[in-house]
Order: sequence, then structure tokens, then C-alpha cells
Amino acid sequence: MKAPSDKAVERILLGVACTAILCLIAIAAFIFKEGLPFLAKVGPGNFLFSSDWRPDSGRYGILPMIASSLWVTLGALVLGAPLGMAGAVFLSEFSPPGAVKVVKPAIELLAGIPSVVFGFIGVTVLAPLIRRIAGGPGLSLLAASIVLGVMILPTVLSISIDALGAVPQGYREGALALGATRWQAVRMVVLKAARSGLLAGTILGMGRAIGETMAVIMVAGNTVKMPSSALDSGRTLTANIALEMGYATGMHRRALFATGIALFVVIMILNAFATASLKRRAGGRR
Amino acid sequence: MNGRRIGQRAAVAVLGCATLLTLAVVAFVIGFVLEKGLPQLSLEFLLSKPRNMGKEGGILPAIVGTLLLSSMAIAVALPLGVGTAVYLAEYTRESRFTRALRFGTDCLAGIPSIIFGLFGYIFFVTTLRMGWSLLAGALTLAIMVLPTLIRTSEEAIRSVPRSWREVSLSVGATRWETVLKVVLPSALPGIVTGVMLSFGRSIGETAAVIFTAGSSFRLPRGGFDSVRTMAVHFYILAREGISTEKAYGTAAALVLSVLAVNALTYGLMHRFIARRGR
Amino acid sequence: MSQKPSATRPPSQRVLAFILITLSLFPESCAGRASSVTLAGSTAFQPFAEKLADEYDAAHPEINVTVQGGGSAVGISAAVNGAAQIGMADLVELPPDAKVLTAFVVARDGIAVVVNPSCRISDLSMTRIRDIYMGSVRNWKELGGPDAAITVVSREAGSGTRSSFETILGHFDLTDTAIIQDSNGTVRETVADDAGAIGYLSYGLVDRKVKAIRVDGLPCTTELILAGKYRLVRPIYFLTLGEPSPAAKGFIDFALGPEGQASIEADGLLPAR
Repeated sequence: MKAPSDKAVERILLGVACTAILCLIAIAAFIFKEGLPFLAKVGPGNFLFSSDWRPDSGRYGILPMIASSLWVTLGALVLGAPLGMAGAVFLSEFSPPGAVKVVKPAIELLAGIPSVVFGFIGVTVLAPLIRRIAGGPGLSLLAASIVLGVMILPTVLSISIDALGAVPQGYREGALALGATRWQAVRMVVLKAARSGLLAGTILGMGRAIGETMAVIMVAGNTVKMPSSALDSGRTLTANIALEMGYATGMHRRALFATGIALFVVIMILNAFATASLKRRAGGRR
Repeated sequence: MNGRRIGQRAAVAVLGCATLLTLAVVAFVIGFVLEKGLPQLSLEFLLSKPRNMGKEGGILPAIVGTLLLSSMAIAVALPLGVGTAVYLAEYTRESRFTRALRFGTDCLAGIPSIIFGLFGYIFFVTTLRMGWSLLAGALTLAIMVLPTLIRTSEEAIRSVPRSWREVSLSVGATRWETVLKVVLPSALPGIVTGVMLSFGRSIGETAAVIFTAGSSFRLPRGGFDSVRTMAVHFYILAREGISTEKAYGTAAALVLSVLAVNALTYGLMHRFIARRGR
Repeated sequence: MSQKPSATRPPSQRVLAFILITLSLFPESCAGRASSVTLAGSTAFQPFAEKLADEYDAAHPEINVTVQGGGSAVGISAAVNGAAQIGMADLVELPPDAKVLTAFVVARDGIAVVVNPSCRISDLSMTRIRDIYMGSVRNWKELGGPDAAITVVSREAGSGTRSSFETILGHFDLTDTAIIQDSNGTVRETVADDAGAIGYLSYGLVDRKVKAIRVDGLPCTTELILAGKYRLVRPIYFLTLGEPSPAAKGFIDFALGPEGQASIEADGLLPAR
């Protein structure tokens, strides 16, 4: 069989990579093309820092939505990421090898459940529970955080398990040979070595949380008021887009695309933060 | 000495509890769906078409639609994603360009599905005149899962020890042969994880699908026909309050489909690993 | 010879296979487009339209009727830009951009105001309902009920049901503490689960989980709607750009004819007449 020359393959792969990148750029360009004229007209200050969202009267302030999105994402991360990573560490380092083979498919099954099912469970089970225990309408940022935390669990867990599994066994053996307990080996060597993969899992989980639309619409209450506590209802940026996109035309629609830009920027800031912290910790090594 | 042992026991206990909690959550969610939905799953439900606004009959068109749409989306995204990951990991040096690229794909992984839905609606459905169709839906979903595939594939490829590549090259393999026969096979589990996650996401996707593949409840006869996926069908049934029983039945069918696909993929992967004699 | 996994097939073969698979999906689609009718729009009417489409299909298999959702405004814009031959909208007042469209009323739907079954209030005037939805009345005790905050539940801004509700009650600004849900079903679930909630939805969807209250002393019943006494009612329109095509006209006539109207009535909507 004729093996394609390395140069030819490299060019094909470059073409593939470029196609993929072009798709991704097309999306970004699309969002910006629709949303920037709006920002130019209304002004980012008015858009981002005003709490008045009344498109019928030409008011487009999304500060409450930004606050809700951030609250809900942080809540999801606080609940889902430690749980996912702790589970991954346990399964990968301290449990019998058969356990991973059983648990991982179960987790991936969870990943396959559509967001609307989570949303519906949230509405019928979680929200009434919250209302009974803690008061408030039940349909709240807390409910959304819990639902999203559960939803990002598979992402964080799976990728963390892979990241930990990719750490060469030699690292662990070396640490143990130096007299460390297994936990010390994990804490001081394995986790650090798997750091980039663990972070990837968290970032992808974060990405999923911010971008989730359907489940949040069903459990967060979607009020346009600035939320003042976890028990308040709120409307995330994504919910805002989804609820109104089908009906919005003209300036209103552009405002929703501008909301997409805001989301994009928020994600970029979060990602930059994550990447920078990764670099900072690696700075002292080798 | 004792302090460290206690420390380890405590740590393992905490981690174990966290794992149990995770499993409990999974069990609850899946149990809830199956408890309410399994009673609905008869052969008639799975193989017949709906009647009377979804109150009676089955969901065959939705099942077919779901499988077709997700398979097409992965079929498009997989070569693009793995190819890009291979290119980034094997043929380029770590540079500002690759870092920017990785950063870009991470960002795009966070774009809400509704925006992909709108892009798909305006670009594929309207501008390219595909109409609400399987094709528009599949292409939109493909773009949506692409960042995840690229990222997880790249992580998997990078995690293959460098020494393996060096050994392969030192016995005379070209770089491409090394990638094909050494790197990709050992990165396969990680890549498959990415594929499973993407498949799962595309099956459960609702917002992007409604705007691009539409919600026609008929069996598709070609790539330009609109389809309704099970997730969309569940959403419509639950939303409009037409039949909660059928809705949970749909959700149960969905969960079982994902289970079947997962099992199939893991089976294939283990066969492949076993063949390589590792 | 060991079998190579698919990842090692040469890229050119994979691309070719992909192209062939894709092409094989096209042949059916171009034929049959001439005699197809696409409806899009109101999600509340979508299930009814699908049922009508199924029944029409049985009698006229050569015509392919497809139903999409998206909401009333999508229905209007799809009819205007040609994505759909018939747009469906459930609005009391059609917006200005629908002026170019020909409108056919195919059904009418009552809007019931509902509260939780444990709520003791059974009757509210339209002014009081308006006050609640504007946020001027925030506690049930102001209406003679227990001392509990009112949870106001409404629909998203573009909902035909909501704009009809607000138009009939007299154009007001919804209180910004209102919980927004995006469908009749979820409004019903919300009100069913919250003892202090009040909401509105299509009257065909009221069931035992929620209690429909009387508005200005009148319960929401078919008789009172047909008599014009119960005022929270909205029409459901089929909209076409100019005159409908023959295929579309056939379907519209079916929907307006005796079988179509009987089918609509059987599931809780009111006939167009």
C-alpha cells in the first residue's frame, strides 16, 4: 500500500484544521456582525450596566442577566467541579480497577440525558423542595445551580479520569518509592501532573454551564429583576436570548446578538483567567 | 507516620463519599426517568407513528430522526476534529498561534447552543435555502460539537508519551505512519470519550435542533426533510402539557438509546484494544 | 491479516465515502416539493395543526403537509419570507408586519386564569388581575386571602397568549418580579406547585392540577366564550402571503370545513365561527 508522503498528509491536515477553524470563525463573525451595530448605536455602557430591560420601550439593559449568569455558573462549578474531580481521583487512584469500567459508562449515560429532562425534573422535584425548605418561589438561581452542577458532572468527571489516567504510572511509583503514602503521591505528584487535563475538564464544564439554555429557562424563573440572593429567581443571558429570539426583530434581535457578544466576552475572560493561572503555576517548574 | 495514615484514610473517605454522592445523583436522575417512562415503552410505542397529537401511538419518527441527525453530525465533525487535533499536536510547534487557537476553541465550546441554532437558521436554513432539514440540523450540530472534539482529541493525543513517537520514528516510520499506527490507536480511548460526550450532547440538544431541523413529526425521506428528535418531542409534549406519560416514555427511550450507543462504542473500543494485544 | 480499524483508512477514501453517503440522501427531496405545504408558527396550535395534517394526509396522500413550531412571530416572518406557505399565529392583534398577509381565522381559544387548588380565591375582576400583574397588589391578603406573597407567573414577551392577555386586560407593564415560563405546560406546572401562584394559559389545558378562577364573575366555559361574555379569548390565524397556493388553499379549506373544525373542537379549542 502506498503511504502518502508526509508533506501531502501535512497539507491535508492543514486543510482540515483550516476548515474547522473557519467554521468556528464564521460563528464568531456572525455574532459580531449582527450585534456590533447595536452596541454602536445604544452604547455598551447602557447595555451592560443598566438594569432596565424593556425592549418594547427601547430599553436594553442586561445587567441583571449578567449577574444571574455569573451566579448560576459559579454555583454550578462550586457544586459540580469538586464533586467530579473528587470522584475522578477516587475512581482512578483508590478504587478497584473494575469500578471505573462500571461507573464511567453510567456517567456518560447521564451526559446523554437531554437538558430539558433535567429542567423538567428540576421543576417538578427540585423547585418545590427548595420552596418547602428555604422559602422563596423555588424557581431560583439555587435550583439552576444544582441542575447545572449535575449536568456538568459527566464532563468534569470523564475528562478528569482521562487526565489522571494519562499520568505515567512511573510518577506514582517514584513517589511511593520515596516513602509517600498513596494519598500523598496523588496530592503532590499525580494531581499536579494531570493539572492541564483537569483544568480542561473544568473549563469545558464551565463552558457547558454558561451555555446551557433549556434547563435554566425551566428552573430559574426568568424574572428580569436583579437577583439579590440564591433563592431569588433570575434570568441568565442564554435564557434571555432563547425566550425572545423567536419573536424579536430589528433592534430587539440585534440586542440579543449583542447579548451573544457579551457571553462570548465573558467566556473569553474566564478562559484567560484559567489559562493564566495554569501558566503561573507551571512557571516555577523545570 | 500515623498522621499520614490518618490523613490518607480521611482523604479516601471523603473522596469515596463524593463518588457515592455522584453515583447517587446519577441513579436518582436515571431512576426517575425510567420509573416514569419504562411502563410506556411497548413495541407499539417504539415502532409506530404518533396519532392524535401525540396522545396515542408511538414515536418512531422521532427515534429515526434522532439517530440520523446525531450520526450525521458526528460523521462530519469527527474527521474535522481529529484531523485538526492531529495537526495541532503533531505538526505544529507550541506557539502563540496554537495557544490562540486552543483559546478560541475553548471559547466556542461555551457559546450557547441557541446561538448555534440561530446561526444554523440564518445561514443553512434561510441563506443556503436548505429549509428546516436534516442537513441543516446535522451541519449545525457538527459545528457545535467540533470544539469539544478538537479539545478532547488533542488532550488524548498529547498524552501519548513522547518516547513512543521517538521510538517509532527511530525505526524508520514517517511522521504520518507514527501518527496512524502509534499515536492515534493509543489516544483512541480519549478520543472515544470526546465522541461519546459529543454524541450525548447532540442527542440531547433541543434549542439548536428546533431552529434548524424543525419539528416535523414525519419519517424523513431525504436529507432535506425536517425531522423531530426525541429530545425535541419530549420538550414539545412536556411544554404544551399534552401527555406527560408519553413525554416520560420518550425520555426513557432516549436514555436507553444513549445506553445502547455507549455500550456499542465501548464494546468496539475494547475489541480494538484487545486485538492490538495490549 | 488483521483488520484495520476505520481510523486508518486513507483520508481520501473516507472523504469519498462521506460524499457518497451525503449524495444518497438527496434524491427524494427535490421531487415532491411542488406539492408540499409547510406551516410554521404558534406552538400552542402546532399539535392541532399536526393532527389536521395527519387527517388531510389520509385523504390526500400526494400532498405533503409539514408543521413546524417556533412561535407566533416566527409564523408571521416565515409567511412573509416564504419559508412557510402558511403561518400560524395566536394573537388578538396582528402586528404591523403582518399587514401584507391574508388572514384566515381557523379557531378560537379561551385564556383561563388559574391559581393553585389550595388557594381560597375563586373570583377576581379584570382590574384586580391587572393590578396583580402590574405589581400594585403583591399579597393575597389584599384580596381577602391569607397573608402570603403572590407569585405572578407570565409568558415570554413574544408569546401570542401573553400579548393577547395583556392587550385584553388593557396594555400594562408586567411587574419585573414576574416569573416567566415559556409554555402553557410549564405555567401549569409552576402554578400547580406553588400555593401562592397565579397564572394564565390556554383553557383547553386546564386540568385537576390547577384551579381556574372566575373572571368578573364568569367562569371560562365554551358557552360563555361563544356567547361573547367571557372576554379573555384570542383567535388563531392561518396567514398566507397574498392568495394561498392551490395546495395551501386545499389545506385551509379542510381546516375550515366540518371535519377540520370537529377535530379542533374535539381537543379543546373553539371553532372559528
